[in-house]
Amino acid sequence: MKPSSAFFGFTPTTNDGFFMPFGCIFVPDFPVEAVLRAEPKLRSQAVAVLEGKPPLENILAVSEEARRTGVRPGMTKLQVESRDGVVLRDRSELQESAAHRALLDCAQSFSPWVEDTAPDTLLLDLSGLDKLFGTLPHIARAISRRASDMGLETNVAVASTLQAALLAAHGFSGVTVVPEGKESEFLGSLPVDVLFADEADHEESEEFLETFRRWGIRKFRDLTALPEVAMSERLGQRGLELQQKARGMGLRTLVPSDPPLVFEEAMELESPLVLLEPLAFVLGRMLDQLCARLQALTLAAQELYLQLILENGRQWSLEDNLTCFQRTIHLPVPLLDAKIFLKLLQLDLKAHPPGAPVAKVHLRIEPARPRPAQDGLFLPSSPEPEKLELTLAKISGIVGEGRAGSPELLDTHRREAFRIQHFTPAGKNGSCSAPNHLVTALRMFRPPVAVTVNYESGKPSHLSSKKQIGGEVLWAAGPWRSSGDWWEQDAWMRDEWDIAVQEEGGIALYRLVHDLVRGRWLLEGSYD
Amino acid sequence: MFPVSLNVNANDPLFLPVGFQACPERSRLDKKAALLKHIARSERLVTVRPASRLEVRPRPEMLSTGIAEVDAITGGIPHGCLTEICGTVSSGKTSVLVATIAAATRREETCVLIDASDSFDPASGQAAGVNFSKLLWVRCSQRELSHKARAGTPVSPNPSFMEARASSPALKLEQVLKTTDLILQSGGFGLVALDLAGIPGQFVRRIPLVSWFRFQRAVEHKKTALIVVSEFPCAQTCAALVMKLSIHKPSTLSSPPSENPAHAQVLEDMRVEAEVVQSRLKRKPVQSVTAVFRTQAVRVG
Repeated sequence: MKPSSAFFGFTPTTNDGFFMPFGCIFVPDFPVEAVLRAEPKLRSQAVAVLEGKPPLENILAVSEEARRTGVRPGMTKLQVESRDGVVLRDRSELQESAAHRALLDCAQSFSPWVEDTAPDTLLLDLSGLDKLFGTLPHIARAISRRASDMGLETNVAVASTLQAALLAAHGFSGVTVVPEGKESEFLGSLPVDVLFADEADHEESEEFLETFRRWGIRKFRDLTALPEVAMSERLGQRGLELQQKARGMGLRTLVPSDPPLVFEEAMELESPLVLLEPLAFVLGRMLDQLCARLQALTLAAQELYLQLILENGRQWSLEDNLTCFQRTIHLPVPLLDAKIFLKLLQLDLKAHPPGAPVAKVHLRIEPARPRPAQDGLFLPSSPEPEKLELTLAKISGIVGEGRAGSPELLDTHRREAFRIQHFTPAGKNGSCSAPNHLVTALRMFRPPVAVTVNYESGKPSHLSSKKQIGGEVLWAAGPWRSSGDWWEQDAWMRDEWDIAVQEEGGIALYRLVHDLVRGRWLLEGSYD
Repeated sequence: MFPVSLNVNANDPLFLPVGFQACPERSRLDKKAALLKHIARSERLVTVRPASRLEVRPRPEMLSTGIAEVDAITGGIPHGCLTEICGTVSSGKTSVLVATIAAATRREETCVLIDASDSFDPASGQAAGVNFSKLLWVRCSQRELSHKARAGTPVSPNPSFMEARASSPALKLEQVLKTTDLILQSGGFGLVALDLAGIPGQFVRRIPLVSWFRFQRAVEHKKTALIVVSEFPCAQTCAALVMKLSIHKPSTLSSPPSENPAHAQVLEDMRVEAEVVQSRLKRKPVQSVTAVFRTQAVRVG
């Protein structure tokens, strides 16, 4: 049983006024916490994480509730299955990796100097943060709260030395502030096995623990009370190091790491999902976690990248019968709203269904700096980017992809040469000057209407078509010949006529085109 | 005094409220005044606002069409209202719409063109001065065909049937109505234009009045102007302004046949006559006010 949380509400200082506080974030039972972060509903239940290949699976880590029911790491799966109420989960490296990245984001949102000690342990330099976040107890509480927001229950310790902070985080649960100058007394109540919590060499640790057990040393204070010379004679230099460590005075320096900003979450599903609705729940949870991480670093999302591993799909094969389905949603402006992202993904998946059951979900967000929110006071109102993105996605679902956006004319003489761009009204780009006169607009027929033309004196004299367009040509101007792209396969050459046709409703003005390449007469549009 | 007139026989005790005793010595006028005063104090009637004190709806902010002649007769396109621009083929309605969009985008307003028959010509828009970065162009039609083809669903063995269904006016109108609802709910647009001109009349008439009413309510009290372009009025009473356009016979047709060869002639301009046939913005019944303006043909490409 670990000692309870210790808390002293003061800021330690040294005699010379120079003080460098350090913090340590430790996630107890990290594999279990990684699972609970992905499945928060299991937090109130007894959870055990299995490791190994079936059927030789052993318990790797257990939650506090599972520990109360007598489940211990190292037990076999068969031993645990007989107990009621214990939820078993396989160890997921993807989830642990995502949890570790979340922990790093949490630490980096407080301090730029973070040491990535272990997947479950981080050390921070907290010097100079008091003006930003308040006193050390406040900082420690804020770190714990933010980690909790990211779905991780952590132990946070603050001390004047790295060793003291590290040992306190491993030894005390909750938030701990170790008073400066009293590290030895404060840590004295901890069991000696905490001393080896961050040691990599387990065999050596076991040897030392066995020795301490034989000597009757159970707590740190027992070890620190031993005479140094006698300790050195029996255990050598390593013994003295351990004694110093137990006093919280080890010579350890912070090695800052600068991990790349990767915002991704992944989840392997117990059973493949067929419907989009349950998939939306999974995506929603992952988006919540990613957005919390982005928010902690004051960043926003520029691109959403979704990868679904499918069973028996039609696309390129990865391994066995699994296939990969990928979708990318590029946002025109950086946004940070998990609900909108979820809706966008839902609409996109509805328009582009994966086509096979989903076995694994991988979601990545490309970060960007958030956009400045303030516009000019006297500018006309414009749609909110978040709402507009959703609206555009919904409209694309109605009229089809690529059929809603801003037109852009291409630099060519070919008619109907334009493309549709994503609509982004923000900014003052592409302004146009007012023309000197009103323009007679052309209404295009898409596709053009095929017509039969009677020719008289080199001019069209009568028009007829399958549609209700036709009649005597009252007036005709043309032809104006144009051609282009003769070096391409889709070369074009055409004669254009402007004609006035007498119809039932009155006079109608059309643009008539003679396609010289294919020998067809087409009505391209009407002047209106 | 509460402006309610009642014909009451003050001597008849049945007309007197409870607690009001008949008094023969009072004059008839006094009794009537007392009765009215009592009624005015009653709880139900106190909340009723007399017609003379009703607030006059403020005149909406007007949006310039970019055509001085049209602005002169209409005052512009009203914000928060539904405006209809009607006219037959080659009547100039598209030119007026494009000019209005160009004027709005030049004022940095965000505009939407919901194009039922996918007939907008970007080249004409650019010539008219439309700032495309401020224009959202929604091209209806051909949705069902493209969607099924992309999803890999086996399509009908007769593609012409599918094409006919995809380009069905009813399907296009359904897309127009859904898209308009989404756009108006989203908000923030200065001008929303529905171009229904290419849709046959029997389909446009089927749009229920409740849809027009919903659109009108959606833009009411907002800085959004809703314009409907069609071949005939369809929004009925929901439209605040209805403008009918017609073409004057082109000057090239009025003049005697030219001796010049056809390639030496050009379609110079169109003379368009605009007439205001309905306006809710004016107190008096609208008179037929007309204006004539010219649009100049620009050959691009």
